Amino acid sequence: MRAVVTVTGKDKKGIIAKVSAFLSERGINIEDISQTILQEYFAMIMLVDISGADKDVAALAAECEELGKSIGMSIRLQHEAIFNAMHNI
Amino acid sequence: MFNKYDVLETIDMIEREHLDIRTITMGISLLPCISGSAEKTADKVYDTVCHKAKDIVQVAKQLSGEYGIPIVNKRVSVTPASLICAPFPEKSALIGRALDRAAKELGIDFLGGYSALVHKGTADYEKIFIESIPEVLSQTERLCSSVNIGSSKSGINMDAVRQMGEIVKKTAELTKGSDGLGCAKLVVFANAVEDNPFMAGAFHGVGESGTVINVGVSGPGVVKHALENIPDANLTEVAETIKRTAFKITRAGQLIAKEAAKRLGAEFGIVDLSLAPTPVMGDSVAHILEELGLECVGGHGSTAALAMLNDAVKKGGVMASSHVGGLSGAFIPVSEDIGMINAAEKGVLCMDKLEAMTAVCSVGLDMIAIPGDTPASTISAIIADEAAIGMINNKTTAVRVIPVPGKGVGDSVEFGGLLGRAPIMPVHRADSSKFIARGGRIPAPIHSNKN
Repeated sequence: MRAVVTVTGKDKKGIIAKVSAFLSERGINIEDISQTILQEYFAMIMLVDISGADKDVAALAAECEELGKSIGMSIRLQHEAIFNAMHNI
Repeated sequence: MFNKYDVLETIDMIEREHLDIRTITMGISLLPCISGSAEKTADKVYDTVCHKAKDIVQVAKQLSGEYGIPIVNKRVSVTPASLICAPFPEKSALIGRALDRAAKELGIDFLGGYSALVHKGTADYEKIFIESIPEVLSQTERLCSSVNIGSSKSGINMDAVRQMGEIVKKTAELTKGSDGLGCAKLVVFANAVEDNPFMAGAFHGVGESGTVINVGVSGPGVVKHALENIPDANLTEVAETIKRTAFKITRAGQLIAKEAAKRLGAEFGIVDLSLAPTPVMGDSVAHILEELGLECVGGHGSTAALAMLNDAVKKGGVMASSHVGGLSGAFIPVSEDIGMINAAEKGVLCMDKLEAMTAVCSVGLDMIAIPGDTPASTISAIIADEAAIGMINNKTTAVRVIPVPGKGVGDSVEFGGLLGRAPIMPVHRADSSKFIARGGRIPAPIHSNKN
């Protein structure tokens, strides 16, 4: 099962390192990463495989939100189906 | 990989533009609950609702966590209770109270279906049932009631219209301690639909299967934001943008509806394409109309702008969902929309303009506070006017007005939460009582004879 992780907020050092370490610890594999910086605004989108994760999507999403709060960014993990539904016919 | 702008667009819609699933509503048939006595029936009604919907709150929480989209309300609609109470109409209140208890037990915000369908005629048991509505609404908290008094196929039951004017007044009186709040849970319909997920008018039609999931999406803020990006576009381009936006919003609803139905062991019913506002800033249908170029909603041009918006929402939404139903259009409830509240307070938005707007959008005169001394016959006449618009135009119309006891024009009323606040709007003082007292049935229009 795949999910999309989005990380947004003010750019700072070590964001990718922290998020990747967090995902790896939970058995989540990163399949693709895209990153943009607009002015000082950082936006990273990751497509991840959560089949090997030890928790369900909702629990992982809640943990991502917590991590986001601790590093001062907004981090969301969502089932990929929501993006497929809204942006693909 | 997804287009990164698409992903960020979805995130923006949810975080900044109030995109949400407004309601997951489970429709439950209560017909198997009819038993030999009112007491036994009430017990079965309570057990059935509590059993079938026991996981609705939990499943909504799960889905919201997985897909990252808020699901605001969890609700239940049931078979029109007048049918369940038919063998013992004088004990209808027992069933009403059982339903309210079930709603509290489940932790849902509203349960709809304390309803009667009398569009062609009122049976004796229905008359007694309808008379119980004010008392039941004053004794319950989460129960919603609706009565269908007309349809394009059958005409308008003017005896029921007369009765409902009195019922609305009595409901306001019995709930005067909360400014007539009971009336916010009472809708008078023409052409009521059987699969509406929105309150207060939801009920589970007899043509439906046993347990069904209907979903209502929302997103006035998303539409407004999309229009802010094209300030100088002509209306053809505007309609196109609304369609595209409605498509995306509805697809989110379709996904949640199908998944919720699967997890709750129910059939997927419909997605309702309505743009439903809330009193929160940035979640207003009125502000969409103002974004289109109106100084204030209620001014000339409001009807045309709303007609275009309503139609474009449907066109975009229809392709996004395998089953579209419910009310599907833009809602214009005055107290629940910050732009409507402001326009009414300025005196720009009046009842007559609202009535015209209801001819081109999804519902009717909704959540309008009127003076407490408005005669029952005037409320009946307001209902008759709306029903006539619905009957002639083959659309659903509704009246949910609150004659606020002890208050008049210049006062305002605060209902709180999603129900919002409203200034008391003036109604015409000319007497309509003789017209209403005639009773009988307004015949169905010629164009209803389609067979």
